[in-house]
Amino acid sequence: MSQALSAVQRTPQRTPLYDRHLAANAKIVDFAGWEMPIHYGSQLEEHHQVRTDAGMFDVSHMVVLDLTGAGVTAFLRHLLANDVARTQTPGKALYSCLLNERGGVIDDLIVYFMNDSWYRMVVNAATRDKDLAWITAQAISANKKGSGVEIRERDDLAMIAVQGPNARDKAHAALGATLDPARELRPFFAIECGEWYVARTGYTGEDGYEIMVPAEQAGATWDALLAAGVHPIGLGARDTLRLEAGMNLYGQDMNEDISPLEAGLGWTVAFEPQERDFIGRAALEKQRADGPAFRLVGLILEDRGVLRAHQRVVTGQGEGEITSGSFSPTLGKSIALARVPATTQDRCQVEIRGKQLAARIVKYPFARNGKACTE
Amino acid sequence: MSNVPNELRYTKSHEWVRTEADGSVTVGITDHAQELLGDMVFIELPEIEANYTAGDECAVVESVKAASDVYSPISGEVIAINEDLTETPETINQDPFDTGWMFKMQPEDAGEVDELMDAEAYAEFIADEEH
Repeated sequence: MSQALSAVQRTPQRTPLYDRHLAANAKIVDFAGWEMPIHYGSQLEEHHQVRTDAGMFDVSHMVVLDLTGAGVTAFLRHLLANDVARTQTPGKALYSCLLNERGGVIDDLIVYFMNDSWYRMVVNAATRDKDLAWITAQAISANKKGSGVEIRERDDLAMIAVQGPNARDKAHAALGATLDPARELRPFFAIECGEWYVARTGYTGEDGYEIMVPAEQAGATWDALLAAGVHPIGLGARDTLRLEAGMNLYGQDMNEDISPLEAGLGWTVAFEPQERDFIGRAALEKQRADGPAFRLVGLILEDRGVLRAHQRVVTGQGEGEITSGSFSPTLGKSIALARVPATTQDRCQVEIRGKQLAARIVKYPFARNGKACTE
Repeated sequence: MSNVPNELRYTKSHEWVRTEADGSVTVGITDHAQELLGDMVFIELPEIEANYTAGDECAVVESVKAASDVYSPISGEVIAINEDLTETPETINQDPFDTGWMFKMQPEDAGEVDELMDAEAYAEFIADEEH
């Protein structure tokens, strides 16, 4: 047996819910410098809990930014590959990549339009420093031209994601009147509930809420959800749930050297209107004209084994690589996302420990709303 | 705390070894190891009649989270494998020291088992590893 877990090696950060995790028997691991629960006993049970009922995740380590100022819409239309002009309904969420000039992905994020001078953005914890440095640098240069954009990190907020077919019902039962304004919330929208901020975006392929609360209220919110029968779910199940739902993971399925067009995220790039000059546009235009060399596909392993990131994929059209792979608890088989030559057909081989195993190329998502979507 | 049965011997790579009445040995992975790895989903067992030297990679256990090699604790020949694990890998999580056994070997040198850690030494070893 080799050591499978990375030990916590530097002074780690803890969310306001750390003690709650220990009380729930969490196995704690280092995640991007945070001491986070990977599971509370069984990752598989937690996965099924979310697919069939309701579970809650501490996602307080994620980074919440408020962007304000009169010029914020114009600023974001330049900063992001997707176009915030498409989302001018209060509370509407937009998923976008943050690109460098080469069209590579610095991060993926969700941005909520609140009003003409306020957007809220949620970015990944692991990329916090470089994202902030990049966005701040862009803001400084925009402000020199009179943009008047301010960026504020909301590290005063904790965030709990409640996910699963019964998540919203249980959240309302647990959290009472404070959550009432969210009852009418449509998918991919957010709303303020007093001091709270509630979104319905999700990262598991199930319905639910992401609830941002002042850090000092995180413990009581968690306890109320626990009392209503919402089980704590670790980062391990979060990863298998998002993979089944066919959602990209930054750092695995895309990075600064991969464009959204090669990472299955072409749908998040707004090329129209033509006159919108966003960072990375020229590089993506060229790639689009030439046709991207690679595309992201789903794989289901037909032989026995487990697909993992970085395994080599062999196709009749050339080689590719698995970007995310795991055992799928919902399908009972191993699944993966893989970057393969753009012309790849419907079958391939994956090299696992020196053996070539047969895999089928499928459309993802693999599972959503409690059910398998592929055979 | 992980369970560390007294009557077994242990390796630093977290295999356990039990000497049977007929001189053969049974091998599996420890409670501590299964706990670290989490839910098992795939087990690759050695071939019957394969010969290994102590420390050779001879099997693989895969949890949802990660794949991990299993090493031969002694030198010898594989004489039996626990085929049930192929269908129900989770047995290793539920019962690592008994029905979750992985394979049996005929040792080349019976003395080799005695050189492995006893329960007390292994318990100390995993306690140190965690700090």
